[in-house]
Amino acid sequence: MKIFVPVKRVLDANVAVRVRPDGSGVDLANLKMSMNPFDEIAVEEAIRLKEAGKAETITAVSIGPTQAVDTLRSALAMGADAAILVRADGPVEPLAVARILKALVERDQPDLIIMGKQAIDGDSGQVAQMLSALVGWPQATYASKVEIEGTAVRVTREVDGGLETIEMDLPAVISTDLRLNTPRYASLPNVMKAKKKPLEEIDAASLGVALEPTLKIASTLPPPARKSGSKVETVAQLVDKLKNEARVI
Amino acid sequence: MTTLILAEHDNTALLGATARTVAAAKNIGAPIHVLITGHGVSAAANAAAKLDGVEKVLVADHESLAHGAAEPVSEAILAIAAAYEHIAAPATTFGKSAMPRVAALLGVMQVSDVTKILSPSSFERPVYAGAAIETVEATADKVVFTVRTSAFDGVAETGSASIEPVGFSPTARTSRFVSRESAAGGGGVDLSSAKVVVSGGRALGSAEQFTEILTPLAEKLGAALGASRAAVDAGYAPNDWQIGQTGKVVAPDLYIAIGISGAIQHLAGMKNSKVIVAIDKDPEAPIFSVADYGLVADIFEAVPELTKAL
Ligand SMILES: Cc1cc2nc3c(=O)[nH]c(=O)nc-3n(C[C@H](O)[C@H](O)[C@H](O)COP(=O)(O)OP(=O)(O)OC[C@H]3O[C@@H](n4cnc5c(N)ncnc54)[C@H](O)[C@@H]3O)c2cc1C
Ligand SMILES: Nc1ncnc2c1ncn2[C@@H]1O[C@H](COP(=O)(O)O)[C@@H](O)[C@H]1O
Repeated sequence: MKIFVPVKRVLDANVAVRVRPDGSGVDLANLKMSMNPFDEIAVEEAIRLKEAGKAETITAVSIGPTQAVDTLRSALAMGADAAILVRADGPVEPLAVARILKALVERDQPDLIIMGKQAIDGDSGQVAQMLSALVGWPQATYASKVEIEGTAVRVTREVDGGLETIEMDLPAVISTDLRLNTPRYASLPNVMKAKKKPLEEIDAASLGVALEPTLKIASTLPPPARKSGSKVETVAQLVDKLKNEARVI
Repeated sequence: MTTLILAEHDNTALLGATARTVAAAKNIGAPIHVLITGHGVSAAANAAAKLDGVEKVLVADHESLAHGAAEPVSEAILAIAAAYEHIAAPATTFGKSAMPRVAALLGVMQVSDVTKILSPSSFERPVYAGAAIETVEATADKVVFTVRTSAFDGVAETGSASIEPVGFSPTARTSRFVSRESAAGGGGVDLSSAKVVVSGGRALGSAEQFTEILTPLAEKLGAALGASRAAVDAGYAPNDWQIGQTGKVVAPDLYIAIGISGAIQHLAGMKNSKVIVAIDKDPEAPIFSVADYGLVADIFEAVPELTKAL
């Protein structure tokens, strides 16, 4: 079985976001970029399936600028076997990402796609569902457990109100939630080995997918600030403030 | 121009998220139709017909829709999509799973997690865990969006829409429902619509202490219980109590954060609450930067004292 893992290069989750005051976007210059955390979980899950003898090859795919090679090398260092960089310089919308992935799916015929439920920059949460719809495969979003039995995959999903278990026949698309696993760190020898693993580069334009954004971003601004609050010294004071000042209890 | 809304329900009752999505859609200024997908859903359809501002309720009733699987649900929407300019759903796990499929098959982007509708084609939505607010303009002739329900108050139940069945038969390959496990506890107050939320973090230390310390306070306040990711990961609270960038987004009248440091991913889910109280022993904890009232104290002393004082 062949697994595809789409991985996005995003601003590291621990870096404070700087929004340009003129509304033109988020300032990414010289800041630490990393693999989207949900995609790390997807890579980890694919590796575990391989280690359990359920999968043969794992291919990480990233659509983005040349620097996304670093993200792919991280996936290779964790344990992916091969990588594909689809070069695109400007921002690529989820719909275009899904269309590009569809083109690669048709070319390489993976049996399973495991990807993040959401990229933590745009917070769109769309690509997995879009890809599933475009290729006509069943989907399991928000996975917190994945089990493969033959050609069926059983997924427990984190949904509002609890957990849901569903079953799909392969090929299928899975999107990961935070509690699916804890991604491993790549060891230094594996980081070295990753440099020798195959990494194919394709120009996004060659796949015939329109890359111009269809949602125009008119402005990106900081959220309205909350008026600063105050500290109270005692529980009694807190209760008094809630009753008589905020009037919420 | 007409707007279609995918209803959120549990096969018997309509959930509050639907009324909030209708409230959001009213800002578009077009007539509103609500689609109920499911199996044996007449109670939910009747409830939807009462929502103020709804002109018509459509019911797609089919076995394949019984458990809300995204593949047939999105197909049911697509089957009637031609008649609508705007198609929306609440940004719940149900809505979020189905709507991007609809968008992709219509060849448009989805506008995710809308918090404000400025015009029929212009929307505000948070990005980067709420660290930035984007204003986006949809340029296509169909607009698919999901609504962050905490940003809108639900419409009243004063309407009387007509109810019409729509035919549906699935063709797409789909997942199969196996089972569902409901989250236990929570005092029966729904987190997404609660007026008061009592939320616990890693500091609670164990599932037992989480319950022992927080439940009496929540009961006194008629509050729903919430949790940080750290508390959920550690097994102190069920997954669907998680509040934040990747959990639920809430905006109650009163949010009490107990032993939660206030990471940006947590703030993303609660910082639009009307009044925020934080109790934490670390005076430098970032949660205090959004709290209206901060109390620097040990939660194991302060929370029982607070419960007693109410
Ligand atoms: C991609 C991604 C998505 C995420 N999504 C979410 C999300 O949706 N929701 C979310 O919550 N987090 C999310 N996180 C995690 C987030 O970054 C934080 O790790 C998490 O919120 C921390 O939880 P906490 O505040 O309970 O724990 P901690 O940060 O460990 O804070 C515990 C607090 O308790 C205090 N404390 C300890 N003992 C006591 C005591 N006895 N009395 C008083 N105070 C005490 C400490 O001073 C500290 O401030 C996400 C992270 C990533 C990378
Ligand atoms: N540019 C990209 N390259 C590779 N994968 C991506 C890209 N954008 C999104 N994805 C995948 O799609 C998931 C959901 O992203 P989104 O819909 O943008 O929130 C991510 O977690 C990734 O797995």
